[in-house]
Amino acid sequence: MNYKFQYGIVWENFGALLEGAWLTFQLGVLAFAGGLLIGLVGASIKSFAPQPFRFLVDSYVVFITNTPALIQIYFLYFGLPEIGIRWSSEACVLIGLILNAGAYLTLILRAGFLSVRRPELEAGITIGMSVLQQIRYIVVPHIAKSIYPAVANFFIVILVMGTSIGAVIGVDELTGTAINLSTINYRWLEYFSVIAVMYVVLTFVASIGLALFGRWAFRVKARIF
Amino acid sequence: MPHLAVNDVRAKYGALEVLKGVNFTMEKGEVVALVGPSGSGKSTVLRTLVGLTPATSGTVEIHGRAIDFKNSGAVRAARDQMAIVFQQYNLFQNMDVLRNITLAPIKIKRRRAAEVMSEAEKLLEMVGLSEKVHAFPDELSGGQQQRVAIARALALNPEILLLDEVTSALDPELVNEVLDTIRRLAAEGMSMIIVSHEMAFVREVADHVVFMDEGEVIEIGPPDKMFGAPKSARARDFFGKIIRH
Amino acid sequence: MDRIIEQLPRFFTSGNMTLLLESAGLTLAMTLVGCLIGFFLAFVLVYLRQTPGLWALPLRLICISYVEVFRRIPFLVVIYLVLFFIQTISTDASLFTIAVIAICIYSIAYTADIIRGGLESVPHTQIEAAQTMNLSRLRTTVTIVLPQAWPVIVPPAIAFAVSFIKDTALVSQIGVFELTFRGKELNNQGYSGILVFGTIAMCYFLISFPLSMLGQYLEKRLATPRGERRARKIRRA
Repeated sequence: MNYKFQYGIVWENFGALLEGAWLTFQLGVLAFAGGLLIGLVGASIKSFAPQPFRFLVDSYVVFITNTPALIQIYFLYFGLPEIGIRWSSEACVLIGLILNAGAYLTLILRAGFLSVRRPELEAGITIGMSVLQQIRYIVVPHIAKSIYPAVANFFIVILVMGTSIGAVIGVDELTGTAINLSTINYRWLEYFSVIAVMYVVLTFVASIGLALFGRWAFRVKARIF
Repeated sequence: MPHLAVNDVRAKYGALEVLKGVNFTMEKGEVVALVGPSGSGKSTVLRTLVGLTPATSGTVEIHGRAIDFKNSGAVRAARDQMAIVFQQYNLFQNMDVLRNITLAPIKIKRRRAAEVMSEAEKLLEMVGLSEKVHAFPDELSGGQQQRVAIARALALNPEILLLDEVTSALDPELVNEVLDTIRRLAAEGMSMIIVSHEMAFVREVADHVVFMDEGEVIEIGPPDKMFGAPKSARARDFFGKIIRH
Repeated sequence: MDRIIEQLPRFFTSGNMTLLLESAGLTLAMTLVGCLIGFFLAFVLVYLRQTPGLWALPLRLICISYVEVFRRIPFLVVIYLVLFFIQTISTDASLFTIAVIAICIYSIAYTADIIRGGLESVPHTQIEAAQTMNLSRLRTTVTIVLPQAWPVIVPPAIAFAVSFIKDTALVSQIGVFELTFRGKELNNQGYSGILVFGTIAMCYFLISFPLSMLGQYLEKRLATPRGERRARKIRRA
């Protein structure tokens, strides 16, 4: 193997990589937050709403979870302009990830909802709580603890897998930045090995943060590994 | 020279010392019973002999030769001479009775399959389970599984058979069929170390009774003396409680 | 909308459909080969990870590190790393091979945990019984532990492979002629993005949905005690 590794160039452009990592993080947080909202709504509908709505949510979930996120984003990026909507690459990735995360989080949260037993909800109904109040005062505290590990793990998934898809349509998150820099000086292996390490570091930091948060907020002993 | 000699063996579970210097010997053809309250270390002695719980100090000698438990070759040789039957039978769930019995002799002892199979069938006949040759463990009762486990241990042609509370996990009506098998083995001169709570059976079948408490051997003697007039206070306490039942 | 309707007859020609079918086949083939090889290698990894003895500590650490690292790197990055790494060694490797290697490397990391969980679910007493009979670690693992671990390993492993079909869309980036690549091609030829990617999405759906239903069915049938006996009967035969 006659390839001479030159990491000097990578070090010179490290600032750009850090900016990319920051965008990765922002996208991850925003996509996750949006997905969480959709997930809450979706899981609530599946648990409490009448049939036509439940079917709609099911269709949405089944469709999203059986098609690649990349195709969903391509659909937005190449398809929407045809009906007059021209979003930036970043917006397409963000909306695409939010919709994608929403479907998976609907499943995760729905599993949590199911773990709440009927008598608890019935107690709420008998003292006059509306559906929303039931969710807020009974369901959420109960399931927060049990689904936290799954939800926290999904955040890592979005952060790592989800955001990197943006590179394909030109978003300058971490992977996209590495691609751009590599096309300039052809140090692909160096850049990509470095961002691989950066992703590992990023996810470890996020895992530890989420584990600590879980321990503080919900008294959950979440795994870091 | 004694067949088996256990000299001042100590053993630990993690940080807890479970055996604090165990001593006893055994001649060929004898049946030694280890008795004592729960937690006294009786099962641990068997596990140490067969290398599952490593001894931290002391020696175990077979025919006068000490086993170096740090040497994996020596441990294998020791396991070659002893076979253990567990309280929970531990039959391999994914194989039928015949394969359970013949797996080790064919693959490890490298004996010819035909020879091992016919011996297995003889052993099954001895424990009274000839018709269950191709049954799977989950199709058998506890007593039947335990008898298969004994057959499996015997198929290894051990010099010493170790029986670790083999009836403790069984429903009462299934206990006797297993005890009958052990009686037959004792009558045939098999060297055995039995850990058991079945006091009447122990009294009947054992040549020596070793009373243990809190990881130490307190007293050793023939069954009649141990059950009738034990010397040490702790033994008197233990056997006194038993006889009252 | 009118544009889409106008394009329909040109789009749904037998030529295009054949191409799509071929590329769907390629997607499936990649996933199957990559995940199968990855599954086997993951088993080797888990076996090595369980090597006892102080001398084996570096080996165990390497095995653990591999899984923890490759679970945290995006698949796209793995694809590029494999691509450029292999190209410095040999310029002959086909893109399909590179894609399969990338799928392999990635699936090893995810499948290893599934396998490890399955092996550890078998009661340790089974292993103790085997040890006292002097059965070697390899024989014990293969003839006693693994057969009992299958019902716990197979459903999640299949679920992973099925869900990985979607992730293979990313190998379109290095030019493999799979489903997503064809989609981009058609879009570049001028067909409407909504039409093209809607159709491609439907193709993935038609592959993924039945397979994931099959996986769930298999899981239910293997999870019951009767299921385990059924699995054993299959092994016996």
